[in-house]
Amino acid sequence: MSSISSSATPRPAVQPVAIPWRQLQPWLLFGAVLAIALLYFVGTEQGVFHLIGGSSVHEFVHDGRHLLGFPCH
Amino acid sequence: MLSPRSLLIRGMLVGLAAGVLAFVFAYLVGEGPIDAAIAFEEAHSEAAVGEPELVSRTVQSTLGLLTATLIYGVALGGIFSMVFAAAYGRLGRLGPRATAALVALAGFVTVALVPWLKYPANPPATGSADSIGRRTSLYFLMLVIALASLALAIYIGRSQVTRFGLWNAAILGAGAFVAVIAVAQVLLPSIEEIPDGFSPLVLWNFRLASLGTQVVVWAALGLGLGAVVERGLRRESVLSAH
Repeated sequence: MSSISSSATPRPAVQPVAIPWRQLQPWLLFGAVLAIALLYFVGTEQGVFHLIGGSSVHEFVHDGRHLLGFPCH
Repeated sequence: MLSPRSLLIRGMLVGLAAGVLAFVFAYLVGEGPIDAAIAFEEAHSEAAVGEPELVSRTVQSTLGLLTATLIYGVALGGIFSMVFAAAYGRLGRLGPRATAALVALAGFVTVALVPWLKYPANPPATGSADSIGRRTSLYFLMLVIALASLALAIYIGRSQVTRFGLWNAAILGAGAFVAVIAVAQVLLPSIEEIPDGFSPLVLWNFRLASLGTQVVVWAALGLGLGAVVERGLRRESVLSAH
């Protein structure tokens, strides 16, 4: 097993196998919720809405927010 | 077979790398226009001068920018890998690299290019504080319209494959996407708040830097995840062959 040379690697020429929807659903949901929460803090926290008082989050990610294209002050 | 769990982890790691690249690009290309815009702001408003700085410019342009691009990269990488997981094996015979590249291209056009065309990123000093609510709503409305148009394009493309073949069905779907976006962008109100005397060159350079940052992020995600998954599958097929 340890003596496999890279030239002998078989190319996966088979039809790609899709992941069944049932197996995918919870992960899609988890990924979406996680991403939206993270993007909210980078993109709009302390803009129109704020969960944390003051403007420290806004000021800290200020340049990133402008350059990533989020509407910002 | 691919597992959603390993794809999510790989997607977030590739996203982390994409965030680093985005930081390098944004720092080198985008910070110049931001500094020029802040200089304009300070020269034209009395209020800003007396305000104490909560976070210094140095921190904003380095640690702050890096934090923002890293979180953005990880979040986008995570959701991107889940869309990839849904698309893989459902796009004809396309392998992992071509699937990831295609999904990234669709993602870039839908969530970055289309909103940028109507409501491009603005440097500091060019937006009115009173209109932040309206500007944010319009930006996200454009984003939602773009995502809905993509869903429509996929639906049209898939439903017409048997009738017109893959190539022509894809053109039909893409055409529907362009048509809906064009109508929406003509009908939605424009935002014109750039103050008099603001350098058009600074504005243009800033907006290009912003779009360029998105190109870097999406290219890194698409090419990176494709390469990682391809390598993983190849290793798996070697192990199962012996």
